[in-house]
Amino acid sequence: MSDLLQLSVAEAAARISARDLTAEEYFAAWQAAAESDELNAYLWSLTDADVYEVEQGPLGGVPVAVKDIFCTEGSPTTAGSRILEGYRPPYTATAVRLLDRAGARVLGKTNMDEFAMGSSNENSAYGPVLNPWDRGRVPGGSSGGSAAVVAGGLAPCAIGTDTGGSIRQPASLCGIVGLKPTYGAISRYGMIAFASSLDQCGPLTRDVTDAALMLAALQGRDPMDSTSVGIEGGIAAPSREDLSGLRFGVPVQLDGDAIDSGVREVFEATLKRIEELGGEIAEVSLPSSELGISAYYVLAPAEASSNLARYDGVRYGMRAEVDGDLTEMYEATRSAGFGPEVKRRIMLGTYALSSGYYDAYYGQAQKVRTRIAEDFIGAFSEVDFVVTPTSPSVAFGLGEKTDDPLAMYLNDFFTVPMSLAGIPAISIPAGLAEPEGGGTRLPVGFQVAAPAFAEQSLLEAAYALEQGIGFEREVAPLRPWNGGAA
Amino acid sequence: MAGSAPELEAVIGLEIHVQLSTRTKMFCGCELSFGDEPNVHTCPVCLAHPGVLPVPNEQAIRYALQIGLALDCEIAPRSIFHRKNYFYPDSPKAYQISQYDIPICGPGRLGDVRIHRAHLEEDAAKLVHVGESGRIHGSGASLVDFNRGGTPLVEIVTEPDLRGAAEAAEWARLLRETVRQLGVSDVNMEEGSLRVDANVSVRPAGSEELGTKTELKNMNSFRFLQRGIEAELARQREVIAAGGRISQETLHFDPRTGDLTPLRSKEEAHDYRYFPEPDLVPLAPTEEMLREAREALPELPAARAERYESELGLEAEPAALLAREPEVATYFEAVCEAAGAAAGDEARAVSPRMVANWVTGELTATLRQREAEEDFTDPTVPAPSLARVVALVAGKKISHGSGKQVLAALVEQGGDPDEIVEREGLAQMAADDGELEGIVAAAVEANPDAAEKVREGNQKAIGAIVGHVMRETKGRADGGEVNRLIRAKLGL
Repeated sequence: MSDLLQLSVAEAAARISARDLTAEEYFAAWQAAAESDELNAYLWSLTDADVYEVEQGPLGGVPVAVKDIFCTEGSPTTAGSRILEGYRPPYTATAVRLLDRAGARVLGKTNMDEFAMGSSNENSAYGPVLNPWDRGRVPGGSSGGSAAVVAGGLAPCAIGTDTGGSIRQPASLCGIVGLKPTYGAISRYGMIAFASSLDQCGPLTRDVTDAALMLAALQGRDPMDSTSVGIEGGIAAPSREDLSGLRFGVPVQLDGDAIDSGVREVFEATLKRIEELGGEIAEVSLPSSELGISAYYVLAPAEASSNLARYDGVRYGMRAEVDGDLTEMYEATRSAGFGPEVKRRIMLGTYALSSGYYDAYYGQAQKVRTRIAEDFIGAFSEVDFVVTPTSPSVAFGLGEKTDDPLAMYLNDFFTVPMSLAGIPAISIPAGLAEPEGGGTRLPVGFQVAAPAFAEQSLLEAAYALEQGIGFEREVAPLRPWNGGAA
Repeated sequence: MAGSAPELEAVIGLEIHVQLSTRTKMFCGCELSFGDEPNVHTCPVCLAHPGVLPVPNEQAIRYALQIGLALDCEIAPRSIFHRKNYFYPDSPKAYQISQYDIPICGPGRLGDVRIHRAHLEEDAAKLVHVGESGRIHGSGASLVDFNRGGTPLVEIVTEPDLRGAAEAAEWARLLRETVRQLGVSDVNMEEGSLRVDANVSVRPAGSEELGTKTELKNMNSFRFLQRGIEAELARQREVIAAGGRISQETLHFDPRTGDLTPLRSKEEAHDYRYFPEPDLVPLAPTEEMLREAREALPELPAARAERYESELGLEAEPAALLAREPEVATYFEAVCEAAGAAAGDEARAVSPRMVANWVTGELTATLRQREAEEDFTDPTVPAPSLARVVALVAGKKISHGSGKQVLAALVEQGGDPDEIVEREGLAQMAADDGELEGIVAAAVEANPDAAEKVREGNQKAIGAIVGHVMRETKGRADGGEVNRLIRAKLGL
């Protein structure tokens, strides 16, 4: 397998720009890699899409894997759902167009939990994605396909979406970098909505530099998205070498029992590494963040119940053949088209918005959300960053939590508060740990969160920490994909 | 009227949907246009494709602000869009973006009616039921035309301040005229760019409580609005007279039969699950937008009528009549100006009140005798001509009757009022002219019975003598002067 696949995105783009490497050669190498997908990570390949002629720009000639939640004109876009089977959008998402404009080319569309609802990728209508480190385990979700292709050597970089942790958690479980920017940093236009007030696009990459490179291309105000604002001053490649003068807050509410011991060890080792790099560790209080999961599982399903109401079989996608009236057609189409988790959340959300229950559920959850945001503002008056493990455990086994939605929901315990507060957070690989009960060591992610629109300083700190951790030096090279053995 | 013991008072509120005449739709760039092939004005946004987002139409916001200001509404510094969720093929997103607890326009007033609120929203698509009748019953299939879907609407809700069907229709006309003059809508009821629903209830006169209301829909003209309300009031009075109770329901007006049929009862109404639209940020009009909206406001009928009353001393009814249409108002003001009719200028014989009487009375009556509709931007009788006629009458140069003759001549063949007076010999006989006195004396002699009755105190009897004088003078004598001379002749 070609050495080309070892290059980071930044390195490859630099070589293409310097004419050391042709875009065609580089793309062909990744195309061949993508075709060898044994992880069920790709749903659709766009290899015939030679319409991408623009190869100038900061991502000139770089192939990108795109979560199947982004609309791509004329190409299948399913959001992992049966209900959109056969659907080909008449337009392309802003995020994809911006990547295109930066010179990148779409390599393929990646598998995901249906409508981004899930933390294991087992909710995809097109089968689960396998974790490249251990094919018996999940890659996390909902951007599991995007994380698996980057970790598994099937794409140099990818984009995904994060509503309550859907970029950071799979990045953590697959041992790569995942960034959820500030809400509003990147346009949501053309990104199929799950929970509109939380959904945010972001990159999944091998390293922090590549994440910065992609964010630089993706961020910006989009006239098609009223909630988008972009990042003032744009994003530059990070270069910080130490963490001196920076304060990192560890929430006192971090419950030791809820975290696997292996994860806790890596987390604590990383805190030490921060101090070695000159950073300071402090305690911060986020008293309302414990309510985050509860509030999230009211707000996100409420918005989803409305966002997913348009899938009615009238205009596009699947329509069930029924001999009946309009209501029967709606019911048959939606019954056959949606999977169980999506149905569960639509029902939860419909209930939460119902007359007589709104104040008790939706109204209350909004109050919690405001408090969580205020908690973070308070914390950031004392520290520069808030740090937590990204996920309470390493990758778990396929089928291990599918019968217990609540256990599955707790995977988002550390990532949901930042989503509710709308602030940026990055997960970087911090080391390996044995799963509870033993077995092959698996990646552990370390989450760093920053104040709204402080992406540049977040990336600088994450870069310095990444260099200090030296994750790649500790781990057997993942790329080219070596059959899942670490 | 049912005629039962306690008088039942009508309580009516209106809900008005105004389609804004912006170039594009409320949340996407599709053109607004009527009568085109179905589904040509559509895009991923108004067809609710996955992943699309709404972007508010700035022009629609400006228009809504103008409506709000014209209705004297409080403008919310930050209003919120909500989603109104319901499944139906005319709503491709399965929710309508509307406003709920914080509308762009808060309490206001137009004329005697308080405005509860006015908010921005988007119109639904149009369903076409395939089949002979075009109605949903008996139709085998329905088709959706999304051209109309997403048209900007302002929904205006009044307080229940109207007390009768005619009053409601009259007020709706004032609202229509007001919105029309803003230039923000075609306000055509037949085409549906103005839709007026009525909330109707009755209660014992003097009561403060509201009775159970019904909602009337589909009255697509002011006449039908009045008829629909009249029919519903009669029905409610009958039900109550018979000891029954009104149930809350929505009634559909059938313009062909005048019947009201229930649409659906509110008990089984949808739970719309309103919640704040997360795809849109709060609507916060800038100071500049508000200033521009204020500056764009023309003088509107209600304010103009007010001015006619307070500054020109007009009665309420002619003031409202003249103020409603700007073309008529402009004409009226031009006549006043030409006649030198400044308010309170007693030196002048012509008052605005006289001009108002001539415009709403004699001129309207004379014009009505023709088939053609009068276009006041190019009036049949130019303002200076009418002004001259009024001045001649006011200055007692011609009698009132002669003035009408001159006006009729102006309408028929145009010309110069003074020349017409000259040609027709209409110049009024002067009071000190011995000729008139002679004619009066002859008239008294010719009507001895009438003269006797007048002397005995029967004032009406003088008419016969006056008539005689007028015939003799061909209307050139001033009525008041003739009266005075007759009474003098009779020694009264």
